[in-house]
Amino acid sequence: MKILAIDTSGQNASVAVWEDGLTLAEFSIHAKKTHSQTLLPMLEDVREKIELDMKEVDAIAVTSGPGSFTGLRIGSATAKGFGFALDKPVIPVPTLEGLAYNLYGTDQVVCPLMDARRNQTYTGLYQFVRGKGMGNICEEYDICVIKEQCAVPVEEILAACNELGRSVMFLGDGVPVFREQIADQVTVPYGFAPAHMNRQRAAAVAALAALYYRKGKIQTAAEYAPEYLRLSQAERERKQQSEADRTKKAE
Amino acid sequence: MEEKEILILAIESSCDETAAAVVREGREVLSNVIYSQIDLHTIYGGVVPEIASRKHIEKINQVVQAALDQAGKKLTDMTAIAVTYGPGLVGPLLIGVSFAKALSFAAGIPLIGVHHIEGHINANYIENKELEPPFVCLVASGGHSHLVVVKDYGEYEVIGRTRDDAAGEAFDKVARAIGLGYPGGPKIDKVSKQGNPEAIHFPRAKVVESVYDFSFSGLKSAVLNYLNSCQMKGEEIDQADVAASFQKAVVDVLVEHSMAAVKEYGFTKFAIAGGVASNSSLRTAFEEACEKEKVTFYHPSPVFCTDNAAMIGTAGYYEYKKGARDGSDLNAVPNLRLGE
Repeated sequence: MKILAIDTSGQNASVAVWEDGLTLAEFSIHAKKTHSQTLLPMLEDVREKIELDMKEVDAIAVTSGPGSFTGLRIGSATAKGFGFALDKPVIPVPTLEGLAYNLYGTDQVVCPLMDARRNQTYTGLYQFVRGKGMGNICEEYDICVIKEQCAVPVEEILAACNELGRSVMFLGDGVPVFREQIADQVTVPYGFAPAHMNRQRAAAVAALAALYYRKGKIQTAAEYAPEYLRLSQAERERKQQSEADRTKKAE
Repeated sequence: MEEKEILILAIESSCDETAAAVVREGREVLSNVIYSQIDLHTIYGGVVPEIASRKHIEKINQVVQAALDQAGKKLTDMTAIAVTYGPGLVGPLLIGVSFAKALSFAAGIPLIGVHHIEGHINANYIENKELEPPFVCLVASGGHSHLVVVKDYGEYEVIGRTRDDAAGEAFDKVARAIGLGYPGGPKIDKVSKQGNPEAIHFPRAKVVESVYDFSFSGLKSAVLNYLNSCQMKGEEIDQADVAASFQKAVVDVLVEHSMAAVKEYGFTKFAIAGGVASNSSLRTAFEEACEKEKVTFYHPSPVFCTDNAAMIGTAGYYEYKKGARDGSDLNAVPNLRLGE
């Protein structure tokens, strides 16, 4: 089985092709150009290099949010277009879980941090738990969610890390942004993921998507839409206004 | 060997309409599907880009599927895929562009990026089979007011544009001020029928350096000032009279500039396009003016005046015939200019 994976949720643009437990290709860049200009040309390169026949792709994996609204739009519209043209399903992979999967097998708590602006971070907490499956010596891990992905002030997630009382590994584009808060507030042992695994990578998204696919967590291309974890500004302001009106009335 | 017919799948998502169409040989519309989000935006008094973007992504597959189904065609039957890549709202544009690029990439079908205004102009070809360039076209909509010389298929020279508000924008703002709400164009058009267009004289603004450019912000301010002064004097405002007088001021300017261009260039054909082109008072005024000048007047039906994908398909067809093709790096260009 072949999975084509796309991630444009952050500043990285990343594509990968996964086949039966092997990454046939992965292309990730961290650049200033918009994903709209880079994503498909990258995939064009990949297709040529590995002589990929798009008709052989069985499913399209895409990070389904949260992330930059523009980035999510480009990745999601592209995935939906592929699904449409190839009549294949989409495997939506939550962005933070896909990012955490970079650190497969660690016994630390994994805390991906993305800069969500407005003094918030898109984050979550994950751990790898030894699965049954493969006998005593060869181990297999399941990724488990300790805290669902969310948009919160960084203090909140750092406090949650402290409460767990276990060693934590941080990764993501929020790390350089929140480095000071981490140093000031984290009371448990912690570390930062190194360069080859500290940003979204489509190969990790594809590998996790393969598990999702096995569990039937797929959608039709028409059904799929990203999860932003945030309302638009206009909706937010409207909501605030109506709440303010209600409070006023109550007084 | 018989040449294969040219079928264009067109996608348009530059504002708050998710639209797809299949067009055969440039002028025959096999399907024209429009999903309008207007109800979602009405409570905000205008289009909210983020909400529009999110809705586009929810609907695009269904809209494109419906366009193919209604045409009785499959994606693989298509000769090329045409998509609006600007001007417009960047988020909404990106949905159409990304989706179209993915279709093109996965199905191996050529991609053609189309200018939204070019689409509006080309809407005139759909129902007027005899219309051919050259002619002068006025494009007026919520976001655009352009006076364009159509020299040939796919060849345009913009000779006039708005210096501030687009005509449709002025309609929206005035409609809000007199309590008609959004969208302003159709509402003002309707109310005006009960009003006297000569009741209040609003200014017809000229732009000093250019005879063809428009300016509507002065007119908008004049209407607002009039409303204020009525309020201060405690006078009652006749909504219909204000609407009719305002509309007359807009129409007068559009007609005057357009007819000046037709005369200057010596063409015998004139066309209008864009959302404002479905305004009934504007149509009547142009019919009269064109008759007087012995110029043939063309205009699309309302469904082809509003944002739609059929017009993008027609424009895409002529671009295709000219050999235009776009690569996988095609990007959305929110402030794309025509004829440059």
